[in-house]
Amino acid sequence: MAAEGKTMDALSQFELTPIVAGFSNANLYMLIAGVAISALMLVGMRPRARIPGRLQSLAEVSYEFIDGLVRDQIGHEGKKFFPFVFTLFMFILFGNMLGMLPYAFTFTSHIAVTFTLALVVFILVTAVALAIHGLHFFGYFFPPGAPKALAPVIIPIEIISYLSRVVSLSVRLFANMVAGHVMLQVFASFIVMIGGLGAIGVVGALAPLAINVALVGFEFLVAFLQAYVFAVLTCIYLHDAVHLH
Amino acid sequence: MDVEAAKAIGAGLAVIALFGVGLGIGNIFSTMISSVARNPAARDIVFPIGILGFALTEAVALFALLIAFLILFT
Repeated sequence: MAAEGKTMDALSQFELTPIVAGFSNANLYMLIAGVAISALMLVGMRPRARIPGRLQSLAEVSYEFIDGLVRDQIGHEGKKFFPFVFTLFMFILFGNMLGMLPYAFTFTSHIAVTFTLALVVFILVTAVALAIHGLHFFGYFFPPGAPKALAPVIIPIEIISYLSRVVSLSVRLFANMVAGHVMLQVFASFIVMIGGLGAIGVVGALAPLAINVALVGFEFLVAFLQAYVFAVLTCIYLHDAVHLH
Repeated sequence: MDVEAAKAIGAGLAVIALFGVGLGIGNIFSTMISSVARNPAARDIVFPIGILGFALTEAVALFALLIAFLILFT
């Protein structure tokens, strides 16, 4: 995108820069997210007060939120998956939220990170289904009651849709984060471009500034929503694995 | 054709998908409003499902937007 000969580089914010050899800024922010989650849980729950303080409330609310989600989606058997879903949700949420800080790096904006997370979910779901149902798991690819003649059509479609879960799960998170941050950058550069036009430009630049403020709020919503969607879909897949149809 | 012009046209074509997403999100929220209007007690059940549907539909828009960005910036 070029304006007055200057090129705008909206994608440079996603570049990895090594801090130490083999340790990039993405690793640093993953480490910060891990430490922040552990600190929230350990320090927040330290008082164990009957009437919780702010930090303890935050820890309890996030725990109860995921606990309710797992119970609603998977049912009684879901209890043993709670630690997994909770870790996944908090890691993605903190990754997205840390990315909203100015000059911070969003590690969920890299397909390598989100694809790994989705692959972990996929392998776990398949392993759980195989462990519980054994070879009956392969019946998942042919819905009961469907006419036998349609088997050559239905089975490949079901297998493709099962495999494409990894792609859709990872690309959804990655695309949301990249598109959101690029959009903020594009509108921020509009402010500079219009502001450079002189006195009228400064007044005109208020419009993209107002839009950008609204977009930052929207991005915070998206940051939470995508972590939630990732957790919900993980729960739905686990439900499928536990109950098979 | 000039490569820059072709890129701009390609990015424009890529976001045609937003037509369907607009219809989808409009449909989700209109259904959500009418179901809450019919049965206000169901609000707490309907709202999270509606937001989930919104997030899933919005992701389709972002796929298209991402393709447009990839065409423009790479």
